[in-house]
Amino acid sequence: MALAPSVLAASGEAIEFPILTVLILLPAVGSAVVAAWSNRRPEWLRLIAVGFSVVTGAMTLWLLSAFEKDSLGATGSGFQFESRHGWIDAWGIGWHVGIDGISLFLVVLTGVLFPLVIIGVDPHHDHKRYLSWMLLLEAGVLGSFVSLDLFLFFVFFEIVLVPMYFLIGGWGYEGRVQAATKFFLFTMVGSAFMLVGIVATAVLAKAGVADGAGGGRVSFDLIDIVNNGSLDTSTARWLFFAFAVAFAVKVPVFPLHTWLPDAHTQAPTGGSIILAGVLLKLGTYGLMRFGVFLFPEAAHWSRALWLTLAVIGILYGAIAATMQTDLKRLVAYSSVAHLGFIVLGTFAFTSQAGVGAVLQNVSHGLSTGALFLLVGMIYERRHTRKIAELNGLQKVAPIFAAGFMVVMLSSAGVPGLNGFVGEYLILMGSFLSARWWTAAAAAGVILAALYLLWAYQRVFHGEPSDENKDFAELNIREAGVLLPFIGLIVFTGVYPKPMLDRIEPAVDRLNARVCAVAVCAEQPEVPVGEPEGDTESDTEGEG
Amino acid sequence: MPRLPAPSIDWFALSPLLVLLGGALTLLVVGSLTPRWPRGLYALAAAVTAGAAGTMAIFVWNDITDQSTDGGGSRLMVSGAARVDLFAVWVTIAVCAAVLLTVLVTNDYLERERMVDSAPEIYSLYLMAAIGAVVMGAANDLIVLFLGLEIMSIAMYVLAASHRRRPQSQESGMKYFVLGGFSSAFFLYGVALVYGATGETRIDGVVTAVNDNPLANNAMSLAGVALLLVGLGFKAAAVPFHFWTPDVYQGAPSPVTAFLASVGKVAAFAAMLRVLVYALPSFTDDYRPVIWVLAVLTLVVGAVMAVVQTDVKRMLAFSSVSHAGFLLVGVEAAAHRAGGADKGLGVSSTLLYALIYAVLVCGTFAVVTCVGRTGDSATDLAGFRGLGRAKPALALGMTVLLLAQAGVPLTSGFVAKFAVIRAAVDVDSYAVAIIAMVAAVIAAFLYLRIMVSMWIADPESGDDSREPVRVGLSTAVAIVLAVGFTLVIGFFPGWLIDLAEAITG
Repeated sequence: MALAPSVLAASGEAIEFPILTVLILLPAVGSAVVAAWSNRRPEWLRLIAVGFSVVTGAMTLWLLSAFEKDSLGATGSGFQFESRHGWIDAWGIGWHVGIDGISLFLVVLTGVLFPLVIIGVDPHHDHKRYLSWMLLLEAGVLGSFVSLDLFLFFVFFEIVLVPMYFLIGGWGYEGRVQAATKFFLFTMVGSAFMLVGIVATAVLAKAGVADGAGGGRVSFDLIDIVNNGSLDTSTARWLFFAFAVAFAVKVPVFPLHTWLPDAHTQAPTGGSIILAGVLLKLGTYGLMRFGVFLFPEAAHWSRALWLTLAVIGILYGAIAATMQTDLKRLVAYSSVAHLGFIVLGTFAFTSQAGVGAVLQNVSHGLSTGALFLLVGMIYERRHTRKIAELNGLQKVAPIFAAGFMVVMLSSAGVPGLNGFVGEYLILMGSFLSARWWTAAAAAGVILAALYLLWAYQRVFHGEPSDENKDFAELNIREAGVLLPFIGLIVFTGVYPKPMLDRIEPAVDRLNARVCAVAVCAEQPEVPVGEPEGDTESDTEGEG
Repeated sequence: MPRLPAPSIDWFALSPLLVLLGGALTLLVVGSLTPRWPRGLYALAAAVTAGAAGTMAIFVWNDITDQSTDGGGSRLMVSGAARVDLFAVWVTIAVCAAVLLTVLVTNDYLERERMVDSAPEIYSLYLMAAIGAVVMGAANDLIVLFLGLEIMSIAMYVLAASHRRRPQSQESGMKYFVLGGFSSAFFLYGVALVYGATGETRIDGVVTAVNDNPLANNAMSLAGVALLLVGLGFKAAAVPFHFWTPDVYQGAPSPVTAFLASVGKVAAFAAMLRVLVYALPSFTDDYRPVIWVLAVLTLVVGAVMAVVQTDVKRMLAFSSVSHAGFLLVGVEAAAHRAGGADKGLGVSSTLLYALIYAVLVCGTFAVVTCVGRTGDSATDLAGFRGLGRAKPALALGMTVLLLAQAGVPLTSGFVAKFAVIRAAVDVDSYAVAIIAMVAAVIAAFLYLRIMVSMWIADPESGDDSREPVRVGLSTAVAIVLAVGFTLVIGFFPGWLIDLAEAITG
């Protein structure tokens, strides 16, 4: 799959609408418009922000419909909607964007979550700055998911920190400044290693294709490095870890997770939803795209470490979640557990596990995003997040309780809802290649049911105390925001096939790269395609 | 009586220097002989001088690149005392840009502090110091380099003490003078020892002498190199020679601090590259480990000490120490390739960093000057509290500049850091590259603290009774220029990188 000069020719011929570039620029422009908007007409701010985010979301949906599931893209690199322009030629850095099955649904998730958050969550003060940061955040996140140039990816990966920092610090709760700072610095330490790793990868791989003069130039282009670069094994292992540290902080993988509960708890509701929904996915996505894809041998070589950390994360996150007295902290720790599953699936290197991991990215974004939304609604009404101070809400707000129930069950991985599909595929796929780890991880599923159901029982069951008697029912706007979440949760749970079809080719290409340089422990004995059939019949039976 | 042979002088190549000199002398002489000029005219004269010098430098740059395509290129002149090459012109442009920005800030500062009486001296001292810095960048002789160093330093000592009613300013000037004089002596002794060992003070002469006779007087030349390093390390504010920095930066008038941090740093690193990489390449194996240690110490100590300060000027002083560490990473990379035909990326990335940092730090201190309010004393973190509400545009500008100093992408600061890291990785200095990036994270904490103060911190009682922050027109222009440069380079760094890499070509 050599990228001959035909690449240039091909991209030259196909002067298509650069949809991905527009997708990044649109929210960025929106952010600037909001920031520059006159203070005398604040009533338009929300509308402008909603407008920009809805149009961006619509474009991601268009991408979803136009994405061809078996296509390798115009250049044969496996990426669709590619566009490539020079940027900093002196350093071999270009503006190169494109998506495949792994990034597609993350882009869509981002496009869908942001308008919901902007519509559904009220920041209470300084609307202008809040909305401006929100849109900038969207641009950064989308940019990270579509970048196919290491430098460009790093730029977006880092730029995301700034709006998130200000969102947590400016609109969060009592410990917001400390939490925001912790978030910023933790992530930046990881990035410090990654930046050196990125530079070293590009400089050592020398994968650039000079105009007609063959290779030998330094290039930061992901596709160039994958196709033309050659790194010796030990170097690649070092570089892999330089990248992996940054992503492990972001995910977060077990010993590096300590920033997450603080950031989640202190962030405003909108910030928490985005943080859990898409920002953490930068880590898991990065591990796949820039960890495994760039350094397949190193990834396989170190898989025992990753699987172990993933399992520890699953169990630790679940146990810690059980112990929490703060509802938001509980959800935060449940994220640690859920993301452990994704890491497990990523490093199992089987088709099902990989597909499951990508799907779980989206599922976790939906269910945890919705959980944070609901916890935020509870806080709006009761000004507390303490589980002990809440009780009997089911009696006074049955519809709210029902919504919470569905989301909570989805997070717990109940069949028929989205959480099940991802977790099931991950566990099944991982079992083929990492039996013992999977056995331990499966316990996490049970623990998840434990802490979620127990929390639900304490908050919603029983007789409401005096303070909880006036707990307001879901209003129209809140219901309108919650409904898309529940719709997507149920749809993904019942009929995941369209998603699986689009994810699978990309994951298979990824695993093929790994298995080409490393002995994959056990090739899946189950023919590809069957697991989806299983899941479907399972879920349809249950749902 | 035999006529003294006059050295050939390429007046055109020296024109930036001559413009600066003319401006400085005119301001000093005419300014002291005439009654007070109308408002802002002194600053205008100084700014025009700096701008004209910078413009001439651009012409010289073009001239050199035009000629280097047919051979030629850099010119050795005045009997080999000066070498006007792209390196020297780059330094000139960086210095002129810094002078221009500083002058704009100083204009409003002098009005506010009722110091307009001393305006002609202050502006001509700026220009004098700039001459020294330019000479350091263009020196082809260690003695000439020393002259440049002294011209610059003496002007800076006086500038640091120029706020005559503030004892802190006096203290700052005195401290700087005593310690600076000390370090100059080290440098001069280093020059003497190198001369003793090689019989040469000319930079190209030293190289030939060492090459011809590699083993002669090794101990003496090594001692010379060590003393030169001490002298240069002091000017560059490298740990452990940094102790003057926080006190001097804090006490000096804020615009002067901007000047010290920008011009001082550019000149110090230009001199360091000239001495180490150009004059003493044969000793690279001896001094490179020292640079490595200096770089690591400077990065870490600067960043850590910056975090524990409460005064913004002191914070930025330590952050400038940390930035010196980044520049040393570039010097270390340059040292790997010293003497080779391929100079690598070390020299160009260091110079790129110096230019970008000079603009950044001028912009940052411009904001600090405004926030310092009358008396130049409200520079603790509390002075910044609520700036986001009171002056959102100023706070936004400061935020961009601080993010750039922290090395966040899409700002010039990231480009600078990336260039240096790339140079380091290119010569396999991975450890120092990683240490530098981690130090940048520690330093980021301090920029966050300032941002928290501006945007997030809750107002406290008494905040409203403070004197409001005023931004004068010329200061505003300076801030806009600095922020604009920061963002333009952040988004489109390609052209500047091409120019920087042309230096070592």
